[in-house]
Amino acid sequence: MGNIVQINGPIVTVRLQGVHNGEQVRVGRLGLVGEVISLDGNQAQVQVYESTESLSPGESAQALGHPLSVELGPGLLGQIFDGVQRPLKAIRLQSGDQIARGLELPALDREQVWQFEPASALDIGTHVGGGTIIGTVQETETVVHRILVPPAQSGELLEHAPAGDYTVDQVIARIRNSIGHVHKLKLFHRWPVRRPRPYRARDHAAVPLMTGQRILDTFFPLLKGGTGAVPGPFGAGKTIVQQQIARWANADIVLYVGCGERGNELVEVLESFPKLTDPHSGRSLMERTLLVANTSNMPVVAREASIYVGVTIAEYYRDQGYDVVMVADSTSRWAEALREVAGRLGQMPVEEGYPAYLASRLSAFYERAGSVQTLAGNRGSVSLIGAVSPPGGDFSEPVTSHTKEMVRTFWALTKELADARHYPAVGWNDSFSGYVETAAKWWAEHVDPAWAQRRAEALALLAEADELARIVNLVGPEALSPAQRWVLEGAGLLKEAVLQQSALDKVDSYASPRKQFILLDLALKIYHEGKDILELEVPVDHIAQLPLLAKMRRIKSVYSSDQTEELRKLDQEIHETFDRIRIEYAGVKEQTA
Amino acid sequence: MKEKEYRMATAARGALLFMQGIPGVPLGDRVVVRDHRGRKRNGQVILTSDETVLVQVFEGTDDLDLERTWVRFLEEPFTLPLSPDMLGRVFNGVGQPKDGRPPIISALKRNVNGAPVNPSARSYPREFIQTGISTIDGLNSLVRGQKLPIFSGSGLPHNRLAAQIVRQAKLLGEAANFVVVFAAMGVSHTDARFFEEDFESSGVLGNVVMFINLADDPPMERLILPRTALTAAEYLAFDLDRHVLAVVTDMTHYAEALREVATAKGDVPARKGYPGYLYSDLAEIYERAGRIHDRHGSITMVPVLSMPSDDITHPIPDLTGYITEGQIVLSRELHNQGAYPPVTVPPSLSRLMKDGIGKDDTREDHPRVASQLYASYARALEARNLASIIGAEELSERDRLYLAFADAFEKRFVTQGEQEDRSIVETLDLAWELLSLLPPETLGRVTEADLKKYHNWEVVSAERANWYGRTSEDSADEEHPADPQAAGRVS
Repeated sequence: MGNIVQINGPIVTVRLQGVHNGEQVRVGRLGLVGEVISLDGNQAQVQVYESTESLSPGESAQALGHPLSVELGPGLLGQIFDGVQRPLKAIRLQSGDQIARGLELPALDREQVWQFEPASALDIGTHVGGGTIIGTVQETETVVHRILVPPAQSGELLEHAPAGDYTVDQVIARIRNSIGHVHKLKLFHRWPVRRPRPYRARDHAAVPLMTGQRILDTFFPLLKGGTGAVPGPFGAGKTIVQQQIARWANADIVLYVGCGERGNELVEVLESFPKLTDPHSGRSLMERTLLVANTSNMPVVAREASIYVGVTIAEYYRDQGYDVVMVADSTSRWAEALREVAGRLGQMPVEEGYPAYLASRLSAFYERAGSVQTLAGNRGSVSLIGAVSPPGGDFSEPVTSHTKEMVRTFWALTKELADARHYPAVGWNDSFSGYVETAAKWWAEHVDPAWAQRRAEALALLAEADELARIVNLVGPEALSPAQRWVLEGAGLLKEAVLQQSALDKVDSYASPRKQFILLDLALKIYHEGKDILELEVPVDHIAQLPLLAKMRRIKSVYSSDQTEELRKLDQEIHETFDRIRIEYAGVKEQTA
Repeated sequence: MKEKEYRMATAARGALLFMQGIPGVPLGDRVVVRDHRGRKRNGQVILTSDETVLVQVFEGTDDLDLERTWVRFLEEPFTLPLSPDMLGRVFNGVGQPKDGRPPIISALKRNVNGAPVNPSARSYPREFIQTGISTIDGLNSLVRGQKLPIFSGSGLPHNRLAAQIVRQAKLLGEAANFVVVFAAMGVSHTDARFFEEDFESSGVLGNVVMFINLADDPPMERLILPRTALTAAEYLAFDLDRHVLAVVTDMTHYAEALREVATAKGDVPARKGYPGYLYSDLAEIYERAGRIHDRHGSITMVPVLSMPSDDITHPIPDLTGYITEGQIVLSRELHNQGAYPPVTVPPSLSRLMKDGIGKDDTREDHPRVASQLYASYARALEARNLASIIGAEELSERDRLYLAFADAFEKRFVTQGEQEDRSIVETLDLAWELLSLLPPETLGRVTEADLKKYHNWEVVSAERANWYGRTSEDSADEEHPADPQAAGRVS
């Protein structure tokens, strides 16, 4: 037992003997919990996860003997947790609409009964290593929860519970380790959040993560096990992009970490996901989703922890052999929490007040993504996608620039596109993906061999149009040749018919890889055909005003991903339209000749 | 300890008073400081340890004499007594009456800092509020429980706009049922009087609670004023089931006061001298807006802030924009052209609009019309930009149409009277009237059915042809007139 010496916002200095760095400490009459972040003689500085108001010097402090850990077991999915994995729905039942301080609730419901099915291949007496699957529980209709031997444990299986109903607290196996200690295994185990969970080996990510968003999948793809960032000024649509990924990604498990963002955004996920169906499994989206919520008005220290709580849960499902996507909105708020704590500790600021270890913490976080061979020998992956909120939309600020160095896919949102309500406002100039070549193999095999070529054509067209637009702004459109003006029109068509995608439109919200490819292919076909007939001296305006183009712009929200046949029918209309014009103008030419 | 007065101040710096050797003072406690003339000041403990206690004095430490300063710790946080009698009253930042009437007496007192709302207790805001202002209702709709700030600049009519919203805000099909919590920080006497008179003349004064800190009142009081005001708002909304419209002006003064204290404390500055926790601090205020499951009331917040040098990337508007659910941006350029309200549409946004509009809430075409107006206006501004370089005469036919559209949009849609209360249907019809200035094939955000129902291109272009005295042959460049029928045909 020790006592409190000083309280400075969320940082409490305690006099406490023998406490470890990183250990959990309970302080004061209210029993607020925090974590030791520095030691100095017999004093320790503790960052407290809840508001320290009304705490006074002299109150007690008690070391809890373990670092910040999460409970991992069935019952996580469909839940909403706070930044230190307290179940928010249960908290509401206990303390009402506002979160009271000092509440202690287990993350997993101790009452709920799960139907456990032991792994049949395991005989008594066999040696089980960490990560071995000792049985399964049907967690939701779509997700089978594989019960793992905790990674740090192994030994001879002494007892294996028969199939039946168990709560998470009941013992389902006993193992004796190499020095003769017997451990009880339950449906859940604990794991410290700041330590990455072990795996057997990393492998090369090779399968694209499909999000159903054209600008992401087709232009700047991400792989399962990859890292991505979505930076953008406020109002550019970061949250919608993140939510769209959480909705439509072809992952088994989705973690949505609301880190220092708006309460209403999480409510939107909570209210809308149960009603939405997963296009891949046909079941409610909430069955594969879980939320970690530390909204902007919740205590700042728990915000710092929330990212680690999220990624540890993600790794746990990876270890069961699943593809997991974690979206973190927003890593800038996490970095700010880091800055606030560093500032209170009087650490030397380097850039914009951020501590010197910002970059290393960020990179350590993104390194927890990856496609791996699990301890049990399965394949699993964690893809990490972090939103970044650069102050003033300035991408050169520390969090954005460090993130940019770390991630392989960068979806840069721009204010110009957002102001014109071009959504998703992912700019094609500043965005990049280091996974294009790998993704191209997948697209060639599963969708169309021409994918890489079409993608390159489209990007080249957009770049050329941007260049020409600069010229127009200097000297006016008269300076452009008809071919150049058609480039502008073609790029415009590409933007409206392919790049823009409405999250609110039921049909357009999700596009399958095939639909994505067909739309791109059709738009480029119109561009090429138009370019071709310009030689017959058809006026650009004439082509630009063809009803065919208007139809192309709207077709994305007319036919869904299941109606690719109908989409393909536009091919013929394109040919007919341009052939008609060819005949018409060829005639004119002959007459004048 | 409550009764005891301490005289152990060792230093006074700006708004901070350093005390030494007082044991066990809780963080955040309320403090009364008595000076040598017997005047009382309010303060709060912002850092506490065995040795030093740091007190933030809202009235500042001017004129304090360390030897003759007595400090009493009240052993309670800042609380506000709450009662329905607050309506129609005027208070200062710590909740003391400012209208010469007796203080509120009530057994119900709450900590002004509140506690964070459990995200799982929130209910998603989706009820459309009609403000009668086209740029808001049509393009950046406000919904009940939203926080939608007005980003303004010095000298722009943000106060008039805020007052107009207060006067006109109502739910469709319901009588006005808002009560108003008005929190003013660092406003001039003139502005305060403007609001008071406006509330009075529109007859809402009995439904308003005002918390006022004038420009010449102690600046540190601004740090606690929005918290006090929102505690009152939460009481009205979630205890008394009222729908509260909280107008908080001017958040820039609040943030400046925060910076002043942070600098005096020696906090590490992040941007422009503002402390790194400005975001979290602002969020504690803004996030108190919202709706809660099973509660009938709501808090809709309209904070007003002036952007220093009209710079939207300044930390105050920037961080605000990251927390609030959109923003209404006022422009000096439009204001100088005589437009009222000078709402500049491209950077304005309402994030919660999508769920509050459409078939069951406003009108079926609303989401698409809004999107189309945004897109067309953005395109029109490009045309205007081009015209300023090469001259309007050099523009293409299409660009000239856009130019006319931009002018009409600003003069007729954006501009409206200060007393003009447009219904949402009027706003949408007006939008279609303007979109009819553009040919249908440029309108990619609306459906064929919308075009058929609302778009009048043929009529408008025929009128224009007559207007310019053109014959039908002159307009033969439209050899292939856009035919919505043809475009709608599905092969």
